[in-house]
Amino acid sequence: MSEDALHITVNVWRQANPDEAGRMVTYDVPNLNPDMSFLEMLDVLNDRLLIDGEEPIAFEHDCREGICGSCGMMINGQAHGPERGTATCQLHMRKFRDGDVINVEPFRAAAFPVVKDLVVNRSALDRIVEAGGYITVTPGSAQDANLTLVPKPVADAAFDAAACIQCGACVAACPNGAGQLFASAKVSHLNLLPQGQPERYSRVEAMVDTMEEYFGSCTNHAECEAACPKSISIDYIALMNRDYLKAKIKNRRLASQVP
Amino acid sequence: MWDNCGMARSQQSLEKALSDIPPLREEFEKDLRVLGSAETLNQSLEKAGRVTDFFELAELLVRDALHREESCGGHFRVEHQTEDGEALRDDEHFAYAAAWEHRADGDPVLHKEPLEFKYVHLAQRSYK
Repeated sequence: MSEDALHITVNVWRQANPDEAGRMVTYDVPNLNPDMSFLEMLDVLNDRLLIDGEEPIAFEHDCREGICGSCGMMINGQAHGPERGTATCQLHMRKFRDGDVINVEPFRAAAFPVVKDLVVNRSALDRIVEAGGYITVTPGSAQDANLTLVPKPVADAAFDAAACIQCGACVAACPNGAGQLFASAKVSHLNLLPQGQPERYSRVEAMVDTMEEYFGSCTNHAECEAACPKSISIDYIALMNRDYLKAKIKNRRLASQVP
Repeated sequence: MWDNCGMARSQQSLEKALSDIPPLREEFEKDLRVLGSAETLNQSLEKAGRVTDFFELAELLVRDALHREESCGGHFRVEHQTEDGEALRDDEHFAYAAAWEHRADGDPVLHKEPLEFKYVHLAQRSYK
């Protein structure tokens, strides 16, 4: 291994199943290539554990290029680690120093029960999407692409919201375990576009109400925006709240005809 | 698979693959270390299951390639090519999709689903 090889110590949360108590276990990890990603560091450690006869550390991963939303863990208390705007898979070991001690824990939130080690159940996020993350279109041949014009700033805003990869870092970073940034991104990327208008107010009401079943309340800490690997702005929370307020008037029985 | 059932395959290479796979599969099944239990989430067990599937799929892929005595699309049998080195189909005998039925004991069974072309008829494509 080259001269710049890293030698670190990791304290990793090990928990056999949802019912058993977990604990931090310390592992010495020498000879790391600084260009490895954080997940590759765990791969290297897991290979050694396997040889030693210790069960490998369970963690979720898939694309390893920051678009799938599978990976996610608390690294030194920060969701996805110290690097801004990146998922855990995009965090490289060169961001750490030789001799560092790194604490690795699962995403912590009441809505995310630990399944095993660093794997948590994030199904509560799916419940929010199921509640309103769809649009209605007439089946049949597709209409002309230029028939529905979308102003560029609107398209950009919708796209920025749609960048959400549903990793749950916003919830893990929030002191209240709130799901506002996630829900607002999912609400906004449809509510901003013409195609999302028919369900605009029923969507926001259904998604916010479902969110409140599982997640804590937002108190504007903005930790979510800081942790988001896609740097999604809390402006979307304001947009969601505004639409929710309007929905409470518009969706009221008999009042639905009022523009 | 890369060497013997790759982009160009022959009867000889496919037969070699078909004889190579079962011992590899047996070695995998007998000399394997999967830690943890089946009672909780077990990612090592998931991976082992996937590799088992790959062995099964690999064998079926080779079997099908061996059976299809023509060249067609991504299946290039070196025995079946035109003078220009292009794929040579045999529509008289192989204009069907092969559906292999899994049998727990014994070789898979072939079911032929004929390809019928009502409007656009089969023709030889040439890029030259």
